[in-house]
Amino acid sequence: MDQLLINVLNGVSAGLLLFMLSSGLTLIFSMMGVLNFAHASVYMLGAYFGYALTSLVGFWGALVLAPLAVGALGALFERTALRRVHKFGHVPELLVTFGVSYVILELVKLIWGLSSLPVAPPVQLQGAAFTIIQSVQGEGSGLSLAWGAVPAARCAGSGEAIVHCSTFPATRMFMMAVALVMLVALWLLLTHTRIGLVIRAALTRPEMVEALGHNVPRVFMLVFGSGCALAALAGVVGGMTFVTEPSMAAIVGSIIFVVVVVGGMGSLAGAFVGSLLIGLLQTLPLTVDKSLVHAAAALGWRIAPGDIAYPLAKITLAQAAPILPYLLLVLILILRPKGLLGTRED
Amino acid sequence: MTTPALELRDVRKSFGKTEIIRGASLAVQPGERVAIIGPNGAGKSTLFNLISGRFRSTSGDILLNGRKIDGLEPYEVNRLGLARSFQVSNLFTRLSAFENIRCAVLWSLGYRYAFWRFLADLRDANDRTDEVLEMIKLDRRRDVLAMNLTYAEQRALEIGITIAGGSAVILLDEPTAGMSQSETRRFVGLIRDVTAGKTLLTVEHDMGVVFGLADRIAVLVYGQVIAFDTPDAVRANPRVQEAYLGSVLADAQVAAAGH
Amino acid sequence: MSRILESRPHYHFRPYNVGRWILWGLFALVLLLAPRLWTSSFSHTMLSQMGIAIIVCLSYNVLLGQGGMLSFGHAVYSGLGSFLAIHALNAVSAGKLALPVSLVPLAGGLAGLTFAALLGYVSTKKAGTTFAMITLGIGELVWSMSLMLPEFFGGEGGITGNRVAGTPFLGITFGPQVQVYYLIAAYCFVSTAALFALTRTPLGRMLNAVRDNPERVEFIGYSTQQVRYLAFMVSGFFAGIGGGLAALNFEIVTGEVVGAARSGAYLLFVFLGGATFFIGPIIGAVLMVIALVLLSELTQAWLLYLGLVFLFMVMYAPGGIASLIMMNLRLAAFGKLRGLWTSYLALAATACTILAGAGAMLEMTYHLQLNAALGPEMKFMGATLNTQGFDSWFGAAFVLATGIALFEVTRREFMREWGTIQEEIEKEIKRREAL
Repeated sequence: MDQLLINVLNGVSAGLLLFMLSSGLTLIFSMMGVLNFAHASVYMLGAYFGYALTSLVGFWGALVLAPLAVGALGALFERTALRRVHKFGHVPELLVTFGVSYVILELVKLIWGLSSLPVAPPVQLQGAAFTIIQSVQGEGSGLSLAWGAVPAARCAGSGEAIVHCSTFPATRMFMMAVALVMLVALWLLLTHTRIGLVIRAALTRPEMVEALGHNVPRVFMLVFGSGCALAALAGVVGGMTFVTEPSMAAIVGSIIFVVVVVGGMGSLAGAFVGSLLIGLLQTLPLTVDKSLVHAAAALGWRIAPGDIAYPLAKITLAQAAPILPYLLLVLILILRPKGLLGTRED
Repeated sequence: MTTPALELRDVRKSFGKTEIIRGASLAVQPGERVAIIGPNGAGKSTLFNLISGRFRSTSGDILLNGRKIDGLEPYEVNRLGLARSFQVSNLFTRLSAFENIRCAVLWSLGYRYAFWRFLADLRDANDRTDEVLEMIKLDRRRDVLAMNLTYAEQRALEIGITIAGGSAVILLDEPTAGMSQSETRRFVGLIRDVTAGKTLLTVEHDMGVVFGLADRIAVLVYGQVIAFDTPDAVRANPRVQEAYLGSVLADAQVAAAGH
Repeated sequence: MSRILESRPHYHFRPYNVGRWILWGLFALVLLLAPRLWTSSFSHTMLSQMGIAIIVCLSYNVLLGQGGMLSFGHAVYSGLGSFLAIHALNAVSAGKLALPVSLVPLAGGLAGLTFAALLGYVSTKKAGTTFAMITLGIGELVWSMSLMLPEFFGGEGGITGNRVAGTPFLGITFGPQVQVYYLIAAYCFVSTAALFALTRTPLGRMLNAVRDNPERVEFIGYSTQQVRYLAFMVSGFFAGIGGGLAALNFEIVTGEVVGAARSGAYLLFVFLGGATFFIGPIIGAVLMVIALVLLSELTQAWLLYLGLVFLFMVMYAPGGIASLIMMNLRLAAFGKLRGLWTSYLALAATACTILAGAGAMLEMTYHLQLNAALGPEMKFMGATLNTQGFDSWFGAAFVLATGIALFEVTRREFMREWGTIQEEIEKEIKRREAL
């Protein structure tokens, strides 16, 4: 039970990381119609900038400065490259971000090398955030929560009592906290501030907003830069929680697009739901070592190694975990092409 | 009493909570020319979109030659014999004028998704295309890309694409929008020629065009057809005068067109 | 209306299109004679790969250039074609399948067609950016599956085969590379002809119409999704043929043939070659093989150079190399090309200077990063550079800066001349129209 809870929390935290990325993507797409192919590369850039800045100003300083630096670079990119291509249509805009993703990847490999970087979490975030203790004694069992790590003796159990401890890392806890704070801040910004109002108006009627005197190109630059900054923030946190290496962009890249399509293109709420769904879908099955062969056996059928369906049926759910998001994508496209909470038709 | 070529029965359309078309009813006889007029925002373009299948009506029936067409896809409606033009020219920008028209004739001549025949060998398609180009007076500009044509030429091409397929019911959405007086006069002649023998519905703002072209006029106000009668009867209708025609400009336009 | 038609006699006279026969004849000639011109076995390998790449890139352009459909997952269809072809080849070797080796690529084509029919139904439900994302997702799906089904995909080692199988026909065993090349050349010619013919058919033209205005297509009686779906299947078929030929050529197929990197390469090079002209993907395919085989040998920074070139192409010449050629052909047709050649020369020279400077700096950085164990000295374009010496860096930066400054000057002059010439051409066109 405790393991299940931890797994669910793992899934939720993965989903929230995905949300940090897909929210920036959705904002940029809603505002400008540009699908930023380089978003995952910006995530990676944030992680690397975070690593570089941590050695200068410590983790907490890097947490603030790295997103700002990357956001500034993003705004610069929008101003020079993207704006130039805007008049050619949406496809060239997508292609520009596609090209830039290659360039960023190569530059990162060039400057920081091919192997993964050792990013140690700061002292405050090391160790476990909390521990769930499940003790089975006699006929009953109980769950209890303890903050921080728990001494080994407590988990050893004695006599008839079987005690099982599962820890939840502080880094993941921090990641979830940052994601939630970001979500709330974003929501407040969009609904309660003047700039948020301008952004929401420019979402559907950019020419009118420009006619009213707002500098819409500057707003676009701001939104693009902010989207990149959010991705970089996710990168700093993600790089510390998971791993900082050149392949981190590719790993997360295609998933965030699945999230956005499943949740519904252009819907922030959809991005949230989609992220959590995909995060859970990627994490929960990892513990299930059963396959269709087992399921069939439970129903009384036997699928043997010689049967034609065996190669497919013997794949366990844990092994199939990487493709589940894509299967969901295909399913959503057949059943509900607009996405779960989609509003914007292409 | 023949089956109406196009019939609307209490058609309603809401976008979210806003009801745009609030029970429009209309019956157009085959071969009739009907002009739809009404103040801006009355829902004229929405009505066209509903009829041609671009939008789905919230309730009510739309019948083409007695057959229900509400809920059908635009291409299904077109295949049943209804074609429409757009207020903002909706052309195939990177194809030439000739190619634009030829695309429009392909389905009606039965070529469908053929990939085993060359376009150059389709004699009837090419002949028909040349015919239509001559009708709309674009034969000298046949190889110019659609995006390089002048505005009036694009409007002419727009109409050409609409009538090329030989549909019996033609919907023209503000065909003379943005044209000068002389261009408008020429265009009205063109429309009269190309839609000879067909059922025509046209949305128009220029009263001169309306009174010169239409057999009957339908007046659409706030999503309802408040009058559907001959031009003279509509002109005399007090409800219409109150809603729409009681203006100096309308009188001037009618006078200028000589009615 | 028929009044007009009756009053004019109708002639159906089409002059014999000599130019077309000459061009296709030249193409066939080049395909036939290429191995005679470049005789080393390395060249033969490259030529074979180019032939395959031409087929796949042309099939990709059916989607991109002719249909306006941006796909990030085209390698799925060429890759699955490869896999089915190599399985078919192994079946032929084992005597279980009586198929001549020369027809094995058709098995690949069949696989491409089938999977395009299956996956295309879902993919073509949406358009534009969403379609692109769907193809990306499906590409990842297939690639992930390739790791999970070692029976079909061969796991890490892939599936190997032997193209010398079955009974030889007229002594052709397909053992020597040059025989495989001629098989590829034959398929290449037929595929190119077929795909060119497609652009001249109703389906091809409606595909263009869907690209230009998908909404309007529906109002002239065609289902946009149906047109896209059919085009998707045609594209998948030819991609599968290319994949099948690749299986014969390399005699091994691994999981990366369906990977995202390969799909990205198709997109990059077709765009680079020029998506708006039929000949663009052919140019792109040739460049792709040259870049992937030769450039990667020359420098470790090749992917970075490629990305930068692609970026500049999208920003400044979105029509690709083919459009640049066509623009200059137009100039030549009006006799105006001669006046520009000095400008072009100046542009080329300054561009080379920029490349030299930037290249030196990039190469030195790569050397420092990846080859530090070899010591600080490295060779670049014949000169020896010291990556730790200030002189080399300063020299490279100086060359770069000078190059950029001179390029900017020549570019402005060029744009001025270009504008003048365009005006002259417009005047000439008007003059001709009035005749």
